Amino acid sequence: MKLLNSTMAGAFALAGLTAPAMAADCPIKVGVLHSLSGTMAISETTLKDTMLMLIEQQNAKGGLLGCELEAVVVDPASDWPLFAEKGRELLSVHNVDVIFGNWTSVSRKSVLPVLEELNGLLFYPVQYEGEESSKNVFYTGAAPNQQAIPATDYFLEELGVEKFALLGTDYVYPRTTNNILESYLKQKGVAAEDIFVNYTPFGHSDWSKIVADVVALGADGKKVGVISTINGDANIGFYKELAAAGISADDIPVVAFSVGEEELSGLDTANLVGHLAAWNYFQSAEAESNTAFIEAWKAKMGAERVTNDPMEAHYIGFNMWVNAATAAETTDVDAVRTAMYGQEFPNLTGGTAVMLPNHHLAKPVLIGEIQEDGQFDIVSQTSEVPGDAWTDFLPASAVLKSDWKDLACGMYNTETKSCVQLLSNY
Amino acid sequence: MQNSFLARNPSTLIFLAALALFTIVVTLLSEGLGMGFVSTSFVKTLGKTLCLGLVAISMDLVWGYAGILSLGHFAFFGLGGYMIGMWLMYERTRDVVVSSLADAPIPASAQELNDAIATQIFGVVGSAEFPLIWAFSDSLVLQLALVVLVPGLLALAFGWLAFRSRVAGVYLSILTQAMTLALSLYLFQNDSGLRGNNGLSGLQNLPGLTDVPQALVSLWFLWGSALALGLGYVLAAWVVSGKFGSVLRGIRDDEARVRFLGYSVESYKLVLFTGTACMAGIAGALYYPQAGIINPAEIAPIASIYLAVWVAIGGRGRIYGAVIGAVFVSLLSSWFTGGRAPNIDLGFYTIQWVDWWLVVLGLSFVLVTLFAPKGIGGLFDLISSRIMPDRHGADLGPDDGALREREARE
Amino acid sequence: MIRLFLTGLFVLLNCSLAVAQSTSVQTPMQAVLQEQSELIVKSSRKSIAPAIDAITESGLPQAQDVLQAWQGKDMWLRKADGLFFRAEKLDSKTYKLFDFDSGERVGEAPKSELKQLKPNSGVRALIGVALVQFQLNDPDPERRRAALVSIERNPSESLLAPLRASITTESDEGLKEMKLRAERLLTISFGADEAARIEAIEYISGDLGVDARATLNRLLASKTDVFTDAPPDNVNVARRLEVGDAISSAEAYQLLVDRQLVPPLVSQNDIRLTLAQHVTDGKVGGVSVAALTEAVQREKAYGALVAEGLAEPAPTEAEVNAALSQHIFAELYDEPSAAVTQAAEKAMQSTSVHVGLNQAADLALDGISLASIYFLAAIGLAITFGVMGVINMAHGEFIMMGAYTGYVVQQVVPNHTISIIVAIPLAFAVTFAAGVAMERLVIRWLYNRPLETLLATFGVSIALQQLAKNIFGTQARPLTAPAWLDGAWVLNDVVSISYIRIAIFVLALGFLAIFLFIMKRTRLGLETRAVTQNPGMAASMGINPNRVNMLTFGLGSGIAGVAGVAIGLFAKVTSELGSDYIVQSFMTVVVGGVGNIWGTLFGAAMIGFMQKGIEWLNPSNTLAAQTFMIIFIIIFIQFRPRGIIALKGRAAGD
Repeated sequence: MKLLNSTMAGAFALAGLTAPAMAADCPIKVGVLHSLSGTMAISETTLKDTMLMLIEQQNAKGGLLGCELEAVVVDPASDWPLFAEKGRELLSVHNVDVIFGNWTSVSRKSVLPVLEELNGLLFYPVQYEGEESSKNVFYTGAAPNQQAIPATDYFLEELGVEKFALLGTDYVYPRTTNNILESYLKQKGVAAEDIFVNYTPFGHSDWSKIVADVVALGADGKKVGVISTINGDANIGFYKELAAAGISADDIPVVAFSVGEEELSGLDTANLVGHLAAWNYFQSAEAESNTAFIEAWKAKMGAERVTNDPMEAHYIGFNMWVNAATAAETTDVDAVRTAMYGQEFPNLTGGTAVMLPNHHLAKPVLIGEIQEDGQFDIVSQTSEVPGDAWTDFLPASAVLKSDWKDLACGMYNTETKSCVQLLSNY
Repeated sequence: MQNSFLARNPSTLIFLAALALFTIVVTLLSEGLGMGFVSTSFVKTLGKTLCLGLVAISMDLVWGYAGILSLGHFAFFGLGGYMIGMWLMYERTRDVVVSSLADAPIPASAQELNDAIATQIFGVVGSAEFPLIWAFSDSLVLQLALVVLVPGLLALAFGWLAFRSRVAGVYLSILTQAMTLALSLYLFQNDSGLRGNNGLSGLQNLPGLTDVPQALVSLWFLWGSALALGLGYVLAAWVVSGKFGSVLRGIRDDEARVRFLGYSVESYKLVLFTGTACMAGIAGALYYPQAGIINPAEIAPIASIYLAVWVAIGGRGRIYGAVIGAVFVSLLSSWFTGGRAPNIDLGFYTIQWVDWWLVVLGLSFVLVTLFAPKGIGGLFDLISSRIMPDRHGADLGPDDGALREREARE
Repeated sequence: MIRLFLTGLFVLLNCSLAVAQSTSVQTPMQAVLQEQSELIVKSSRKSIAPAIDAITESGLPQAQDVLQAWQGKDMWLRKADGLFFRAEKLDSKTYKLFDFDSGERVGEAPKSELKQLKPNSGVRALIGVALVQFQLNDPDPERRRAALVSIERNPSESLLAPLRASITTESDEGLKEMKLRAERLLTISFGADEAARIEAIEYISGDLGVDARATLNRLLASKTDVFTDAPPDNVNVARRLEVGDAISSAEAYQLLVDRQLVPPLVSQNDIRLTLAQHVTDGKVGGVSVAALTEAVQREKAYGALVAEGLAEPAPTEAEVNAALSQHIFAELYDEPSAAVTQAAEKAMQSTSVHVGLNQAADLALDGISLASIYFLAAIGLAITFGVMGVINMAHGEFIMMGAYTGYVVQQVVPNHTISIIVAIPLAFAVTFAAGVAMERLVIRWLYNRPLETLLATFGVSIALQQLAKNIFGTQARPLTAPAWLDGAWVLNDVVSISYIRIAIFVLALGFLAIFLFIMKRTRLGLETRAVTQNPGMAASMGINPNRVNMLTFGLGSGIAGVAGVAIGLFAKVTSELGSDYIVQSFMTVVVGGVGNIWGTLFGAAMIGFMQKGIEWLNPSNTLAAQTFMIIFIIIFIQFRPRGIIALKGRAAGD
């Protein structure tokens, strides 16, 4: 294949534009739609740099289909409507072949209609709430069953937690995740009064009351655990208050879905040792590909920088896209999409990620304990879990299924055996 | 009357002509109906910019003419967008649901249809019921009425409370800012029934017109926005050129004197505040279907402050100034943040505009306030025959109106 | 028996490993570990128990060391031969290995050849429980304390006997007290003697400890049950449940369905699905499909299907009510002894009263803390806005600059205590300078144009914010409090407040004092007040208004900088730190009454308590609390436009 590829690339270089099956335009443009300013820049700038690094590496390897890859970076400035505008610009003005981008769900919902209208291709790298499957999006982050559910199982099985505090920032990801978890916990026999839910605003800093509430939950003799979907900066205040209140992970364990190496770099973790996070990737994962990835990253960005889960998602997504385009011999969206199904690529934690027909990845779920150096000690690693677009734990979506390969439908009702809608709901 | 009004306001005619020319040129160059030089995304940007011009006019009326620095007009703008968004969202979802339920062996009851729509709309935020505020969302006429009524009523209630207790000046500004903050925090909650942080999305897809390409839809909205801006401009020019406008300027320059002259200052302020809120609502209702999504972040206090910035840079107290400010600054912003502005390499440091644009904007704003209180609009004074009488003292800016520096010192 | 088996295994293992292992001889503990090797490596709470039991029951003296090493993640597995060792880090790549049985160093190994065993916190807790019997009489008091913590976390019947046995020999008074308390709690749960249990319950009545309340609550755990006649005598009934009152009829009926006493209800969705299965020629049960949009028609069609025997009959409302009235619903204690549960109920009641009072106190502390944070954020504004009447929208950014100063100092001075001591004056200096510069360059040209001051300072604010992003990046930066501010002042298990919040409170009080001192007792204060009230008159008295304005503004900004250090310590240091506080700060000053520091104090107190109060009423939604608080403030200002403390007469200015 490699030989064939290089031969073809050579032929392409010689013959110029005579091979219509291959991408006709050089360079191949890769859109990067991450906020570089505004509130989300804190997380998304890292991903932009990751993409630039990956594209650089690919170009060093000889590019794709005989073409150089060129990154087109735009800044949607954490302004959600701007994601739609910039997305349209990338697709219709810059004519990019693929977009890597977005972090928040609302930004994805903003750009979705544009992608579906113009038949673009987006790789979305962040863990999200599920309940969506678009023909034009590959979800390389975790669906709830690849992060929230295994983490809850860990709480139930391994830590013996009987009472749950679901703390989240008030937006769609925590809301939906907590809904799914509530329903899941009830199925597991946890009573409704043993589930405490609280929502706080973005960037919340005054946590004393909420932490006190959580401690008070322990008064009925059940082991309390906190499942945190608190987002971004707000975590800093939360963990500081937790540490000040002297809550050890052995008393009340906290598992977070939005706290990774990047977030911990803003914190002194000495008092948080033992609290947990669930991801599909930790920097501390021991694998050769990971060591190489971290080295390349540190060489590019500086030794103090850390790697995190969405970066791995981009790493997998980008490489899968490269392989799919190579297999399809074009960057045409429909051809690449078809070639994507069943693509395999070794993930950075030592296994292999597979792209499923529902546009989600099968990835392992890792649970790590926070260490003093701000890294995670992996205490649990599952085998690959296939991502599920529609959760099985909410009655409305339990009957839904996504299969773009055979059913050509992202929202297929298995009860009525019909496709509910082809476009995604946004 | 009309003739004399236009004769007295030559700028209105010039503005309308320019606006018409602009619309025609964009149409001719567009992808939808013209030669394809202007991309659809840029047509949308231009259409949105026109809406921003309209809301800037409403801001100029309250601030430039009546001296009320409202930091809440973008909230009214957003409310207008929410009202039209509810209808767009409901109708679009209803079409999808009806077509998907059409295949069901047992036809859906009205309740089931309603539940299915609710699940579609609110499923993403973990709910499956229509909140009360969506009661009229199935009727375009009613929602259109609400576009005007909701911001209007909010402004009326707020204004009545505030003006009645004689809250004025910076206190009023801070209070309006608090109102905006409260409203955006309220909308941020999922319990508000407007899908919390996610807001209403997919608004660019007009129900029943899914086959019409966006290239065409974007032009329709451009025309609509241009029409609204033109009408809004004429209305604003007419209002400020009459007796009402004179009283407003009187209030701005010395509220107490106007009150002593027997005018009901509070009523004038209230009418203006409410009227401009309605205008902002209409602008919002045209803006958000072009933006495609509305959510609480849009009406955060910072947005209203930016509105004031536009008006200040454009030039307060003249309607074309407000429009120019909004158009100029918002287009410049999108150019700089779009990554298209070339970086400047200083050798030891490369200035990337994505990083430095806000610094430049902030500082240029300070400079405009300090050195050019008339804003960009002031440039027109240089070419027009409008020469300020020499009143022996520097201008204090439109806020202090007739007050000259020397009087102010006394 | 086990010994015999182990010895056999030991011999076996010795034989099989003799080849691979020429240097070391299989020792007893290693044999036990090898036998459980699979479970130990798998390390799941669900399956680990036999392995831990095997180690404890081996009777070997080194069992305690093994468990402790395991719990501390110091137990490693040598990949080559599968043997377990305690390992100590030599350098980043190599580890020293110690044999468990001999305790001696047996060599070194590179990390790549070893596998660390990482028991998760659930497994560690089980190991902790197993360790209790060893540690209760350990000479090291810390280990004895650890044992007691393990008992508190995982109380179980088997721990009662060793605990009781260890009390008499306990030498440390504090630990003895703890042991006695743990013994009482265990007695309540697991004691055999009813009288002793009741005595223990009465003893801890009113105790606020989470563990005490947990013990009582566990004792009072109950479940709902249903009877056809009166409940039998052998159950401990907590209370009878009236349908429609204590238990909803839907719940009650579901309970009957679960017991298979009655047929289940048929939901609308079930009806629809059943009907869909029986559509023939566009008709179901004699009703045309098109008509099935009506609920009445659906019921009719379903009734027809039931009559044909094609569907399950749906119970009618009358049938449901009849079924419910034929049964008795009651809540039953899990604990069989009625005397014990009665005593526990009584104890719980008295505890609840205490808990309620203490929760109120805790809420008040939270309120005071939040108020002091708002006060600290607003006190600078109280000077610039309250006294001078300058609207400084960049005030928040001064707070941010202070916080970043603290961060930078901490990068240079690693000692946290010294760095904070350095950071506070430095933050003051930096923001003082920034404030003076801004006053000189921008604000002094705009004293007669307050609205434009607002806008110009806003321009400065966005520029500064973006500048901070460009310099420090968008990631939150750590600003760590010194160790002596870690932790919390714990009054009891309900009332506690972190030291950092106390420090902020003290700082706020300090600034109040400084403010009062400067304003009332110093020449600057006098001049400031004079310039504010009548600049013309002040100037004619020989005061230089320019200088006074500059210094006053600098003072207000400097205080904002110090507030920034404090806020950064308890929350986060980002470029958006300031904008989170700016609106609230203005609110605080306006609500309190402009121009009066006591007003600002009252304003902050009112907002802080208010917000905590609303949070308490609606604990699941903090955002709602903030929204309602702002709405309340807006309404409040309508009725007191000049704030809580309104200046009167000439001081009021206009």
